[in-house]
Amino acid sequence: MSNQSSVEILTEWDIVAARQLGRNVAKELGFGTVDQARITTAISELARNIYLYAGQGKIEIQRVTEKGLNGIMIIATDNGPGIPDIRKVMEDGFSTSGGLGAGLPGVKRLMDDFRIDTNLGEGTDIRATKWLR
Amino acid sequence: MNTMNEKVANFIHEHLDDILPDWQEKLSGIDEEGSFQMLSADMRRQTSREFAELMLTNLSESHQAYENRLNDFSEKVVRLGWSITFVTRAVDLFAEHIFLVMEEKGFINKDDVRAYVEVFANWLRPMRNSIIEAYSKTWERTVSLQKIALQELSASLIPVFDKISVMPLVGTIDTERAKLIMENLLQGVVKHRAEVVLLDITGVPVVDTMVAHHIIQAADAVRLVGAKCMLVGIRPEIAQTIVTLGINLNDFTTTSTLQRGVEQALALTDRKIVEVEE
Repeated sequence: MSNQSSVEILTEWDIVAARQLGRNVAKELGFGTVDQARITTAISELARNIYLYAGQGKIEIQRVTEKGLNGIMIIATDNGPGIPDIRKVMEDGFSTSGGLGAGLPGVKRLMDDFRIDTNLGEGTDIRATKWLR
Repeated sequence: MNTMNEKVANFIHEHLDDILPDWQEKLSGIDEEGSFQMLSADMRRQTSREFAELMLTNLSESHQAYENRLNDFSEKVVRLGWSITFVTRAVDLFAEHIFLVMEEKGFINKDDVRAYVEVFANWLRPMRNSIIEAYSKTWERTVSLQKIALQELSASLIPVFDKISVMPLVGTIDTERAKLIMENLLQGVVKHRAEVVLLDITGVPVVDTMVAHHIIQAADAVRLVGAKCMLVGIRPEIAQTIVTLGINLNDFTTTSTLQRGVEQALALTDRKIVEVEE
């Protein structure tokens, strides 16, 4: 089963739209307030990364089912510059923009599954899933 | 060409009372959002007459007169909530209908069909363009006004006690707002001679790394002007996400509610609230 919807990230305000969409889907799926906050925060981080580093891209929210578990998957895709060193961006405290450097490792901790595909000059595809337990 | 314009204008003037009801009916047919039918019958009649007269002005009167009318009208239409698709369709329908009536009455005959088609095209093209332009201008103005309104509610520092001020933050914090928060915070601290500032984030829906980063920077800046910044109104779910994200707020005094924050701020300035015994 897959049921998805998406938000194009073009301006800073689209981050809010993506977050709202994620929160609504999470609520419908029956996630509690703490998990809702985790999911929306993760969307916020991923959407902001798109806005800051790729300029534009897309956040998709997908309902997923696997091994009898329901979950929500955030798919963040862009055609931006890609990430040169994945190991480095997954380190806490590493930032190229003077931020806190907690974004991607933070998202990984906020969610259950985390996968990142990136090609230099082609773009980045990040999928993060949270399962409903 | 001008004489032909006048001919068309005169024709419409003469037959306006016949044309309007039919046109209104057609308009109801394309009104998917129900914004036209929602109006009272009187209002419908009046608005469509205004619309028709506007189109006539474009055909027969000076350009200035037309622009003034267009601006008034588009503002009105935006207020009524008509979509731009509906308005442009309405223009097309009006022209189509008039053309039809003209043909029926034998006003147009085979020989000058081409010439009239041209008159119509020259009449409608600038009209459609200017409607779209006026429309987007009205929207732009609305948006920029709302932006100003939003900024006004954005971030104000409220002195609650001597030496203690509170800044309640409500809603999403973006880059622009973060700047505003910082400015107002610093100006307010100096102006109110605050020693403790409470940043209340009860109304902030999501605290991600960027929001946290801005808050930390603001607190550092407050420290530089000689005051202490406390973060209050941290909801349980926000506390959990902050910890999971690995954001370090150890340099802050933080509390769950504004009330406890005020108590602590009073303690910091060697005061407390006591009940008065009767």
